[in-house]
Amino acid sequence: MTSATLATVQLAPGQAAWRRFRRHRLALAGAVIILILVLGSALGPYLLPFDDTYIDIMKRFAPPFSGAHILGTDELGRDVLARLMMGGRVSLSIGIVAMVIAMAVGIAVGAFAGFYGGVVCAVLMRLVDAVLCFPTIFLLLALAALTEPGLVTTTVLIAATAWMAVARVVEAQVRSLREREFAVAALAFGSSNLRIMFRELVPNAMAPIVVAATLNVAKAILLESYVSYLGYGIQPPAASWGNMLNNAQIYLTSAPWLAIAPGLAITLAVTSFNFLGDGLRDALDPRMNIP
Amino acid sequence: MVRYVVNRLAQAVMLLVIVSAIGFAILHLAPGGPLSQFAASAQMTQEDLERVTRQLGLDRPLPIQYLDWFGRMLRGDWGRSYRDGEAVLSVISSHLGATLELMTTATIIAVLLGCWIGVLGALRRYSLFDSLATVGAMIALSIPTFWFGLVTIYVFSVKLGWLPAGNRETVGDGSLLDLLHHLIAPALVLALVETAMWGRFMRSSMLEVINQDYIRTARAKGMPEWHILTVHALRNALLPMITVAGLQFPTLLGGALVAETVFTWPGMGRLFLDSIGYRDYPVVMGILMFSATMVLIGSLLADIFYAVVDPRIRVG
Repeated sequence: MTSATLATVQLAPGQAAWRRFRRHRLALAGAVIILILVLGSALGPYLLPFDDTYIDIMKRFAPPFSGAHILGTDELGRDVLARLMMGGRVSLSIGIVAMVIAMAVGIAVGAFAGFYGGVVCAVLMRLVDAVLCFPTIFLLLALAALTEPGLVTTTVLIAATAWMAVARVVEAQVRSLREREFAVAALAFGSSNLRIMFRELVPNAMAPIVVAATLNVAKAILLESYVSYLGYGIQPPAASWGNMLNNAQIYLTSAPWLAIAPGLAITLAVTSFNFLGDGLRDALDPRMNIP
Repeated sequence: MVRYVVNRLAQAVMLLVIVSAIGFAILHLAPGGPLSQFAASAQMTQEDLERVTRQLGLDRPLPIQYLDWFGRMLRGDWGRSYRDGEAVLSVISSHLGATLELMTTATIIAVLLGCWIGVLGALRRYSLFDSLATVGAMIALSIPTFWFGLVTIYVFSVKLGWLPAGNRETVGDGSLLDLLHHLIAPALVLALVETAMWGRFMRSSMLEVINQDYIRTARAKGMPEWHILTVHALRNALLPMITVAGLQFPTLLGGALVAETVFTWPGMGRLFLDSIGYRDYPVVMGILMFSATMVLIGSLLADIFYAVVDPRIRVG
């Protein structure tokens, strides 16, 4: 580790980070798998002769690799691969959009708390602590039960339960960066507080923010699968990786493939984002070592 | 020490107030507010609704209502279930035992297994075992718990027929052996994520400790290696695990909800989901508040216990 760091001292920071990232083979594999999953979900449905919501009762429960349906068909005779791809669009989009919302809220809260300190910080960060007291799944389900389920609600609710960790990271970063020379210089130039916060401080905290964002996508995909599996997320006939597993338990004895494909897809996607986040952490800031 | 505990206690009380305010806000976010169940009924006229609203004091200003609600929460009056009119707190407590049984078993498995993996990984850093454990932990943290439960049911119940596919006991049996037989699968499924977390934290804690000066001193004294490990390294590496236990508690509770659903385990998590299905808001809110309070008390206890065993905390 030490010798490698010394060897890369001469490189530009970006190049050094890329070198460290490249050595993290699992992160690289994660990035490739994410790319495949995204491309597969985005383009796959155009290449497939089956529609994901087309019901064909005559062809119910066709096992995988037994004919035209590569991954078999479900209890209504719908093509599992087509549903997996369309479900991938939904699940990956929710993961990414929920992350963007959670980051926006988390960065805003963290920046204000870290910059102003004092009462503002106390109020905002106690709010963060309080929301963190609720076990995520309980809070998510309670909120989902009170609202009309759907794509937008699910995304917003997942974001609402996932912004706190980001706020904590950003708050700590901004609080320590606030006293640095460049921030003081910006203040001396007469920059507004907002400008200093979001043009000077937040960009300098980008490394941990990017890592948190990546891990946040993993968390959001996992949460989507939980609420949809439990029936309070994406509603049929639309497919998501979570709601494909909703019925799978009933048919576990007769049609186990219904449970295997979506479960593997979720695990693969979440593992990839987690490894990517790990690799980015090593690459962008070797000193950060939070397990 | 007393000062630290009082300070920490005051923080916890303040947090409880904010937590309850959030809970109260969610309750009033429900379409139709706390009366939604009645508002949906065709037998209620507009006059009836207004009368009930007045009777229940729902026409008063929100802050007054909140104080009243919070006061009743503190006195143990958490309202009544829409489903059968039973007091919310007694509904919860009748399901708590099953959840605690599951959580305790899973925690014991996770602590033993996780610490063993973590310590071994730290001692043989970058070995094959360490690499496999690190990758394995990451995958374990990424598997949806409910799906792992389904796979477990498929393999051990459907294919091998070794374990029951759900429930806490066989109806009419209920012997200790029967209870244990039902406990194995859900406890192991719940323990998976916990084991991964404990392993990761234990590894980094152990790595930090074995590079400390006092370990080198012990080694220089010629102390036997196993003695250094158990008496000096392990004891110190275990200290931060108290905090981990506190931090992990919300995840453990959430995992229990999922495991209970998959294995039809009659605990608090399943009660929560059933209550959501029935739109039984008093019970839903009760469990939400109950779990948040449990988390709060858990982290408070973890902090206080840490201060008791590690004097550096309460001084610094």
